Amino acid sequence: MATKSKNPVWVFFASVKLALFLLITLASTSIIGTVIQQNQPAGQYVQQYGENMAGLIQMLSIDDMYNSWWFLALLGIFSLNLIICSLERIPNVIRIIRKDNLTTNPERLHKMRLHKSIQLSGSPAAAQQAVTDYLAGCGWKTKSRDKENGPLLFSQKGGWTRFGVYIVHVSILTILLGAVIGSSNFAQKVLHKPDFAFKGSIMVPESQETDFIFAFQSGDKIDLGFTIRCNYFTIEYYDNGMPKTYLSKVSVLEDGRPVPLKNGETVHNLEVNRPLTYKGITFYQSSYQPYSDFLVNITNTNSGEGHTHNSIISEGKQIEFADDNISFGIINQETRGEAVQRVKIWFTDNQGDPSIFWLNNDQEAVIERPSGEYTLRVKQLYATGLQVTKDPGVWWVYTGCGMMLFGLFVAFFMSHRKIWAHVYEDDGQPTVIFAGSANKNKVGFEKIFTALVDGFKESKKV
Amino acid sequence: MNSSQLFGITTLTYLLSSAFYIGLLIFKNKKIGLIGLGLAIFGATALTAALGLRWYESYQLGIGHAPLTNMYESLVFFAWCTTLFYIFLEFKFKIRVVGAFVMPFAFTAMAYASFAKGINQQINPLIPALQSNWLIAHVMTCFIGYAAFAVAGGLGLMYLLKKSAVNRGLAENSLTGGLPELKIIDDLTHKTIIFGFMWLTAGIITGAVWANEAWGTYWSWDPKETWSIITWFVYALTLHARFTRGWSGSRIAWLAIIGFISVFFTYFGVNFLLSGLHSYGSS
Ligand code: HEM
Repeated sequence: MATKSKNPVWVFFASVKLALFLLITLASTSIIGTVIQQNQPAGQYVQQYGENMAGLIQMLSIDDMYNSWWFLALLGIFSLNLIICSLERIPNVIRIIRKDNLTTNPERLHKMRLHKSIQLSGSPAAAQQAVTDYLAGCGWKTKSRDKENGPLLFSQKGGWTRFGVYIVHVSILTILLGAVIGSSNFAQKVLHKPDFAFKGSIMVPESQETDFIFAFQSGDKIDLGFTIRCNYFTIEYYDNGMPKTYLSKVSVLEDGRPVPLKNGETVHNLEVNRPLTYKGITFYQSSYQPYSDFLVNITNTNSGEGHTHNSIISEGKQIEFADDNISFGIINQETRGEAVQRVKIWFTDNQGDPSIFWLNNDQEAVIERPSGEYTLRVKQLYATGLQVTKDPGVWWVYTGCGMMLFGLFVAFFMSHRKIWAHVYEDDGQPTVIFAGSANKNKVGFEKIFTALVDGFKESKKV
Repeated sequence: MNSSQLFGITTLTYLLSSAFYIGLLIFKNKKIGLIGLGLAIFGATALTAALGLRWYESYQLGIGHAPLTNMYESLVFFAWCTTLFYIFLEFKFKIRVVGAFVMPFAFTAMAYASFAKGINQQINPLIPALQSNWLIAHVMTCFIGYAAFAVAGGLGLMYLLKKSAVNRGLAENSLTGGLPELKIIDDLTHKTIIFGFMWLTAGIITGAVWANEAWGTYWSWDPKETWSIITWFVYALTLHARFTRGWSGSRIAWLAIIGFISVFFTYFGVNFLLSGLHSYGSS
């Protein structure tokens, strides 16, 4: 370390002053992006801030500042600072933890902030045994070494907690690394593998499927490597009209066949907060689009095997199913907003008058006809809007988050505690002096120390 | 008795408690302080009952969810955390006058929640994005952190007042004479910030996990997220300045106040001045 610390670049990056400067800079520059709206079309900045300011905004990429070269550079320097500052200090921590505390001069115990002497009776050897046993009984396993005027005992706990700070610092790096691994920019521009990590979206109409999506920003097509189908989409509302659930029933197809998903079934109920992950790609319910077409589902229940026709139809159009000799049309509809509430059906089997009736959206009707019984369901066609993400870095990020909480706990609430005991003769009387120190939470340790020593005194009286 | 009556009682009790604590500061009469504490405990109890009752009421409406889902509920929860945290501090560190710098925060939050225009007190059902257990974890962790930072801000203010009195050589019987010693305030500020920092960190993390569950991005630099990380930087800076450069006293007191302003902006400013994903909070 000694040679390296002469290198001025190293010294610069090892400094805590730089860390403070970077923290201030990151905090204050981050404000800019919360005041100036991000990722707007260039024209809007001109309109809002005028030509000159807009030019400056473009030049410094302030319209996308958290991905700008200078902000990323700040984060890079921040990481370098963390790494080098920690590397600079860790050898010292190891030295402290490895230190042979039995080389301590027993005289020093009398000068430590926490110390207490107790006179004992009996032989010095018995006294040493009593102290050793007592400390071991309290969970302080001691080592001992003979000094000129009697043995010195030492025990310590929590040396490893001195690494708490570094667990925190490594966790920050782990999170940043995870962010890089999961970044679509990194996948495109550095790895040249856009399907390594991406964020995009796709609209899939009910009963349809797709095996690609469109990446955000670039709009590039990205192949999924499998097919996803939307079987069904619906919105449920509360009584007061607020949306309660957006639900898509989706299936994953490989070679045209639905595959079992994590829940063991081939259909996943995709809702907000209930995404579907398949082969590292995650689908989120994010939007929807109502169409003016309808999904029609007619079953001829007489023909035993349940002869079913599925079709898509728009209002005012007529469809015929020649094999069953039936015709069907939608002649009117009632809507609230864009959502169809009910539709007026025209249905005939070409025997007698046609059946004409209103039917609620997505509800089943049974129609008795001269030729037999039919069930019918008509549903307004929707497309579900899926956000699609592949983020191989997210587990790094989560691991980093866990490490950070753990590390903060260790750094703030745990400490490295040491206890010495020296057994010596004072005026021919065996005497023990206890001393202790902790690197943090000294008040708490003082209580532990006092209780420990008092406990020993008690045990000797008995 | 319904929950809104209990919220009203709490607001009133907090006002009285603040008054008595300020009375203690001025008159240095122990009894006055004891009444302040009693009122704070009574208010916190009423508020606990009110929150429980509101939770229960939401189930009766058939839309059961924890009372942590809009601006009104979060303000009330903030007041609740702040008072409980303060009562805990008072018992642990025996520093009664600090209440004069904390209870007014709790009262202001309650009063603002109850009387400000545009704050909807109704129990509303949850839109799909908010139907997640991560919402509960996120709001709880954040607000415990915010409560601690409010107390730290109050302590910082107290430190600066006392310091300026000491500098001007004001006598012991002046207004600030009853305040704890500078060293004690300083130490308490530091401990409180550490406590808050843990919870803020947990709050940001739970928020990120939730965002990833709901939207597929754990971090999108939306203004609220950005302000929370700014706040986090401010406190990280404060802790480092203390650990590694030995800052203490007035500088840390100022940082505690700046930190709380940043918390305040994260919580309010963003809702009212900027736009983003978290705009549900303004309803
Ligand atoms: C540029 C980045 C950073 C650098 C160079 C840096 C450096 C340091 C240094 C030198 C220490 C003192 C270690 C000691 O005295 O043994 C420290 C402590 C600490 N740092 Fe950082 N730090 C950085 C960023 C952060 C950030 C962003 C956090 C946020 C969580 C953090 C959390 C901590 C904690 C919790 C301690 C514990 C202090 C203690 O208990 O002794 N650090 N840091």
